[in-house]
Amino acid sequence: MSSAPRTATERTKLPYCHESFHNLQELRHSASLANKVFIQRDYTDGTVCKFQTKFPSELDSRIERTLFEDTVKMLNNYYAEAEKIGGQSYIEGCLACLTVYLVFLCIETRYDKVLKKISRYIQEQNEKVYAPRGLLITDPIERGMRVIEISVYEDRGSSGSSSGSSTTSSSGR
Amino acid sequence: MKSELTLLTDPVFLVLLRMIHLLELQSVVLCAGPEAVNVTCEETYPHSSMDWFNQCSRMEKAQSFIVNILPDCFIVGCPYLAVHLSPAIPVFAVLLFVFVMAMLLRTSFSDPGVLPRALPEEANFIEMEIEAANGNVLAGQRPPPRIKNVQINNQIVKLKYCYTCKIFRPPRASHCSICDNCVDRFDHHCPWVGNCVGKRNYRYFYLFTLSLSLLTIYIFAFDIVHVALRSVDSGFVNTIKETPGTVLEVLVCFFTLWSVVGLTGFHTYLISLNQTTNEDIKGSWSGKNRVQNPYSHKNIIENCCEVLCGPTYPSVLDRRGVMLEDSTSPTPSDASAASTHKSSNPVSQTTKSSAPLIPNEHTPDEAKPSIGAGTQKSTSSPKEEKPPSPTSPNAVAPAVIKESAH
Repeated sequence: MSSAPRTATERTKLPYCHESFHNLQELRHSASLANKVFIQRDYTDGTVCKFQTKFPSELDSRIERTLFEDTVKMLNNYYAEAEKIGGQSYIEGCLACLTVYLVFLCIETRYDKVLKKISRYIQEQNEKVYAPRGLLITDPIERGMRVIEISVYEDRGSSGSSSGSSTTSSSGR
Repeated sequence: MKSELTLLTDPVFLVLLRMIHLLELQSVVLCAGPEAVNVTCEETYPHSSMDWFNQCSRMEKAQSFIVNILPDCFIVGCPYLAVHLSPAIPVFAVLLFVFVMAMLLRTSFSDPGVLPRALPEEANFIEMEIEAANGNVLAGQRPPPRIKNVQINNQIVKLKYCYTCKIFRPPRASHCSICDNCVDRFDHHCPWVGNCVGKRNYRYFYLFTLSLSLLTIYIFAFDIVHVALRSVDSGFVNTIKETPGTVLEVLVCFFTLWSVVGLTGFHTYLISLNQTTNEDIKGSWSGKNRVQNPYSHKNIIENCCEVLCGPTYPSVLDRRGVMLEDSTSPTPSDASAASTHKSSNPVSQTTKSSAPLIPNEHTPDEAKPSIGAGTQKSTSSPKEEKPPSPTSPNAVAPAVIKESAH
C-alpha cells in the first residue's frame, strides 16, 4: 500500500495485486504483518461451528466482498457437514461404543476427515486468492475454533509510512 | 477353607488380580509423568503439576473403589457360580468391568472441550470492540458489564466475557475454577473422575455411570444368588460362616447402588432434555420468566441422539506443543487429532498489538493478575505502538456486539 492517498482510479483497480505479492513464499519473505482481523463465530443457529459472513471494514480495500463471503460460506458448509447428526454419525457412534472406542485407533473420525478437507481448502484459498492480495487466513482450528484470523500484510518496502496506514486509508474512502 | 483354595487357582480371579496391579502401576506412572505437559501448555492450558497429581489421585479413588471392592464382591462367588450355573456369568462380569474401566479412563484423560485462552492479538481485538461498544465511560463511573446478546432459536442468550481467558464464552461454555479453563458445554467438574465433564467427554462419562450401575446391579444380583444357592445346600448360617465376605459385599453393593443408579438416572433426565448439570443447577431454563431451552429439539429421542451419537469433536489443545520463553511469537494451539495444520500456519514474526489492554476498573480480583500478565507479555514483545483508526472499530463493533437473526 503506497503512502500517497489513493486516487479514484487506483481504488477501482481491485483486486489489489499490483504490488510484489505473487505467492505465499514472497509474502512471507518480503512482507511484514500490519494488522489482524478476526471473524467471530455466528451463534444464531446454536452451538454449531459457523462464522459470520459480515464483511469487515478493514478488508474493504484489500479484497472483494464476494470472494470473502464465498470463502466463509464454504468453510461454514464444511463445518456443517462435519457436525451433521445423521445416519453416518449414529453408525460411527454405535460402532465406537461397541468396540470401547478402540476403533478410533484404526479409522479416522468423520470430523477429522472434514478438518483435513478444510485445511486443504484454506491452503488453496491462501495461494490463489488471499496471498496475491497480501492477506493470509489462519485455520480456525489453530485458534480454538473461535475465530478466523486474517493477517493483513504490508510490503516491507513501503512500510516507511508505518502499519497504521492500511486501516487509516481503508476508513478514509 | 475349600473355597479359598479354589479361589487361588481360579483363572478369572488371577486375571482380575493382574488387572488390578496393572491399573495401580498405570496410575502411578500417569501421576508422575505429565509434568512436561503442564509446563508446555502453561499459556493455553494452565494446569499446575500439583493439580494434575490431584486429578490422578482423585481419579484413583474411583479406580480403587471399582477395581478393588466391586470385583472382590464377585471373586469369591465366581467359581461357585461358574460351576453351578454357567461360566458365562463371570465372563460377562469381566467384560462389563473392562468396559467400565475403559470409560473411566477415557473420561478422565480426555480433553473435555477446553477453550484455549485468547492470544494477545485476539484479546486486544476484543478489547477494542468492547471499548467501541461501550463508548465513553465517564471517569469514576462503573463500565457496563461485558455481555453480548445473541439470538438462538428465537431466544435471547447472553454471552459473558471471561476475564481469565479473555474471550466471550460461547453459549453453554463455562469457566471451571478447578481446572482454570473455559470448557465448552460445561457440565460439571467431577472429583471422582478428576476431570471436567464437557462437550467432548460427556458421552464417556454417561456410559461410565451407566455401565457402573449395570455392573453394580449385576454383582449385587449374583451375590444374592450365590448366597441363596449356598444356603439351599448348607443353610444360611453356615453360608455366612463360609463366605462372610459375600454377605458384607452385598451390603456394600446395596448402598453403592443407590448413588450410582441415582446419578445415572439424573443424567438420563438431563440428556432427554438436552441440558447440562450446570444449567440445571443454575435454573437457566426453568421458571416462568426464564428463557426456554433453545438447544432442545423438543423430542427425547432426538436429544438423546444428539448428545450420545453426535460427532466426535476434535480437541483444540496442543498438549505436545513447546511454549517459547520469549513472548514474540506465542505457539498457536493445534488440534492434537488433526495433523494438517502445517501448511496453513502463519509464519511466526513480530506481532504488533494495535492497542494496549484497557484495564477494567471493576475487573474481578482473580482477573487482575492475568491482565497484568497479559500487558507484561505484550509490552515485552517488540512492536510499534499504533493507535487504531477510530472510525473502523465503531463501524464494526455495534453490529457485532448486538447480534440478532437477520
